Amino acid sequence: MKFKNFIKILLAFLIIFAPSNGIAKTIKWSMQGDSLTLDPHAQNEGPTTQVSRQIYEALVTRGLDMSIGPQLATKWKAVDPNTWYFFLRDDVKFSNGQKMTSEDVVFSILRAKQPTSDFKEYISTISGVKAIDNYTVQIKTSKPNPILLNQLSNIFIMSKKWSTDNFVIAPQNWDAGQETYSATNALGTGPFKITLREPNTKTVFKKNSKWWGNVEHNITEIQLLPIKNAATRVAALLSGEIDIVTDAPVQDLNRISSSGGHKVESTPQMRTIFLGMDQAADQLRTGNTGDNPFKKKEVRQALYQAIDIEAIKKKVMRGLSEPAGIITFPGVTGYTKALDKRLPYDVGAAKKLLADAGYPDGFEVELRCPNDRYVNDEAICTAVVGMLGKIGVKVNLFAQTKSKHFKELKDNQGDFYMLGWGVPTLDSHYVFHYLYETDASWNKVNFSDAEVDAAIRVMEGEVDLDKRNAAIAKAWKIVRDNIAYLPLHHQVISWASKSNVDVPIRPNNEPLFRFSKVN
Amino acid sequence: MDNRKLTWFGRVKDSDIYYSFIKSPTAIVSTFILIIIFFCSFFVEFVTPYNPFDPSSLSLMDAFTPPSWTEDGLAKFILGTDGQGRDMLSTILYGSRISLIVGFSAVIFALVLGVGLGLSAGYFGGKYEMIVMRLTDVQLTVPSILMALLVDGIARGIITRELHDEMAIYVLIFAIGISEWPQFARVSRAATLVEKNKDYVSASTIIGVSNLIIMFKHILPNILRPVLVIGTIGLALAIIAEATLSFLGVGVPPTTPSLGTLIRLGNDFLFSGEWWITFFPAIFLVVLAFSINLLGDWMRDTLNPKLN
Repeated sequence: MKFKNFIKILLAFLIIFAPSNGIAKTIKWSMQGDSLTLDPHAQNEGPTTQVSRQIYEALVTRGLDMSIGPQLATKWKAVDPNTWYFFLRDDVKFSNGQKMTSEDVVFSILRAKQPTSDFKEYISTISGVKAIDNYTVQIKTSKPNPILLNQLSNIFIMSKKWSTDNFVIAPQNWDAGQETYSATNALGTGPFKITLREPNTKTVFKKNSKWWGNVEHNITEIQLLPIKNAATRVAALLSGEIDIVTDAPVQDLNRISSSGGHKVESTPQMRTIFLGMDQAADQLRTGNTGDNPFKKKEVRQALYQAIDIEAIKKKVMRGLSEPAGIITFPGVTGYTKALDKRLPYDVGAAKKLLADAGYPDGFEVELRCPNDRYVNDEAICTAVVGMLGKIGVKVNLFAQTKSKHFKELKDNQGDFYMLGWGVPTLDSHYVFHYLYETDASWNKVNFSDAEVDAAIRVMEGEVDLDKRNAAIAKAWKIVRDNIAYLPLHHQVISWASKSNVDVPIRPNNEPLFRFSKVN
Repeated sequence: MDNRKLTWFGRVKDSDIYYSFIKSPTAIVSTFILIIIFFCSFFVEFVTPYNPFDPSSLSLMDAFTPPSWTEDGLAKFILGTDGQGRDMLSTILYGSRISLIVGFSAVIFALVLGVGLGLSAGYFGGKYEMIVMRLTDVQLTVPSILMALLVDGIARGIITRELHDEMAIYVLIFAIGISEWPQFARVSRAATLVEKNKDYVSASTIIGVSNLIIMFKHILPNILRPVLVIGTIGLALAIIAEATLSFLGVGVPPTTPSLGTLIRLGNDFLFSGEWWITFFPAIFLVVLAFSINLLGDWMRDTLNPKLN
C-alpha cells in the first residue's frame, strides 16, 4: 500500500515536471532598461529597437554576421541612381493571419516619414514610395543614396489595416507623452508576437506560428524582465531567476563565469570611446597658461602618446576593450586595421613634443567625464589624469551624471572631455557627419577642414563605391594625422547567460532570438 | 604626602588614575594602539614612501595588487593596491588622518557649544534653562545621521561646485558637531546643578566674583570629568558618523578620501574578489573606534566618583 502510494506520487511528479521541461522553452531576458515603446517608428533607441526587432521585420536586415541580406524583400535593383525596385516575398503573413502586401510596405515607409516619427531623418532622402503590383515596391530618392539599404534595415513594416483599425496611422508622439494602441500592442510579421506588455516590469513574447521563415530556434516564449540595479541583475542571473543578461557588468564577469552553469560571451561593441580637445578657443576656460595649448598638434600628440591604453585595458576594463586608433570599428565601411593602429605609448616622446610645443612644464586643464554612461567611464578618466600627470599636464577631473555632462558639452563648456560614439548605419559617413564636419552638432572640438567637408559631400551623393571609399579613406587619413580627437578604445559588451541558453552575441547589442536555442 | 615636592611625572605616577591605568590591560592596549595610529596618521609623510593623492606618482599597472602575503602580492605594497594603483596602507593612513581631523574638530565644536550652553543653563536656570533644554530634547528626537545629512544637503545647495570640494571637510565638521552637542549640554547642565549649590560657589558669589568667572574658572574644572568621558566616546561616534556620511557619498570627496570614502570606493570591487580594497579600511576603522571606546569605558569607570 505504502509502496503504491510512493509510485503514485512519483508518477504525479513526473507528469507535472517532465512536460514543462520537455516542451515549453522559455527564455527570461534582462537588461538595465526597458523598451520605451512598442511603436516601431516612435523611438530610435537601443533597447526599443532590440524589442521591436523580435516582432517586426524590415525589407532588408542584418544577419548574425551584421551583413545586409534579404528579409521581406527577396531582391532589389536600382534602375537608375534615384529609383529602386524591391520585390517582396509573397508568403508573408502578419501574426493574425493577414497577408502582407506592398500596400503595407508603402504605408509603413510613409508612416516612418511623418513628423512624429523618430526615423524621419534616417530616410530623409526617400522622396516617393509606390506599389507597382501586390509584391513590388518602387522607392525614389531625392539624390543618389549609397546607404539606402542600411537605412531601410531599421524601418519596420506594419500592417496598414491593423494601423487604420486601431487609429495609429501616425507614429506615437513619444516626446509629447502620447499614449496610443501601437505603444502597448504590436502586430508584426516577425518570429515572435507580444502577448503581455507591462512597461518596465514584464513583456512576454510568444512564438509566432504563422511566421514565414525557416524556424531555427526552439523557443516558445521570451520574457523580458528589466532590472535597473546591476548587482540585483547579476544576483538574479546567478540565482537562476533570469536566463540571459545583455549588459553584464565588467567586474562581475569572472564571478558569473566561475559559478558553473553560467557562461559569459564578449564581443567588441559598435561604440568607440575617445577624448575631445577644443582646438578653436583662443584661451582654455580651465587652463592656466592664458592660451590654448590644444591648438598645437604636438600637444595633442603628446597627450595621445602619454596614455598607456594597454594599462587601461588590462586594469580598468579587465581586458574587455580594444585599443582604438580611429573613432570607428570593424564592420563599418571605411574601417581598416591600418587606420585603427594607435601611435605608440611613449612618455619620453610625449615630454619632448610638449617641450617642443613650448610647454616644457606642462599646463593645467579640467577633464569632463560622465560617470554613468560608458563602461567604467570615471575610472578611465581617473587613470588618464595620472598618466598625463607624468608628462607634467595637471588635469583636474570633473565627473558627473550623463544628462548634465552631455548638456554642458552641447553648451560648449568643455575644454577636454570624454565621449563615446556608435555607428548604427555601419557607415563612416555617420561619424564624419556628426563629429568632424565644420560646425557639426557633436563637433565640440571645433575641428574644421575644407578637404574633410568636401569628402563628406562625396560620401553623401557618390554611388560609385570605389570613389566613395576613396573619399572615406582620405577623410580618415586627414583626421587621424591631425589628431582631431584622442581615441581610446572600442567598448566590448558582455552577455551572460545560463550554459544551456544559446543566444548568439552581436556587436550592436541586439539579440536575435530567432537564432537562439535553449538546450 | 606632600605632592608639591614631586616632579610632574612623579605626581602623575602617584595619582589614582595612573594606578588604575596600569592595573587595566584594556586601557594600556587601547592607548598603545591609539598612540601608534595617531603617530602614523599625523606623520604619514614620514611613515610611508607613497603619496596616494599625487596622481602622477601612481602607476595604473600596479592596480589591484593583492596584499603582499598572497600569491600575487608585491613586497612594496603590504596591504595591496586599489583600482588606481594606490598603495592601500598609505591611502588608509592618509585617510585616517582626515577621519581623525574631522572627528576631533567635530567633538571640540560640539563640546564647546554643548558645555557653553549646558553650563550656563544649569547656572542661570529659569526660562533660559528651559529653552536650552527643550532645544536639546527636540534635537535628540532627530537621529544624528539624519541631522548631519540635512546640514550637508543644505550646504550643497548653498555652496557652488568649485567651492564644495574645498569646503566639504568644514561642512562635515559642522554637520557632525551640531548633531552631537545636546549630549554635552545635558551632562554639563546636570553636573552644574550639583556644583552650583556647593559652598565654594556660594562663597565666590558672596565676595562678588562675576558670573562668568564663577562659571568657567570655578565650576568648569569640577564638571570636566564627565564631559571628558562623553567627549572620548563622542570622538568614536564622530569618526563613525564621518565614515557613514562618506560611505553614503555626502562626505569627503574621493580625491582626498577618508576611511568612509575608501570603504565606499572599495565596495564596488567586493563581488569581483578584490576584497582588500574595502576590507582593510573597514578593519582599520573598527580598530580605531573600538580602541577609543575601550579607553572611554575605562575613563568612565575611573573618573566616576560614584563607582570608586
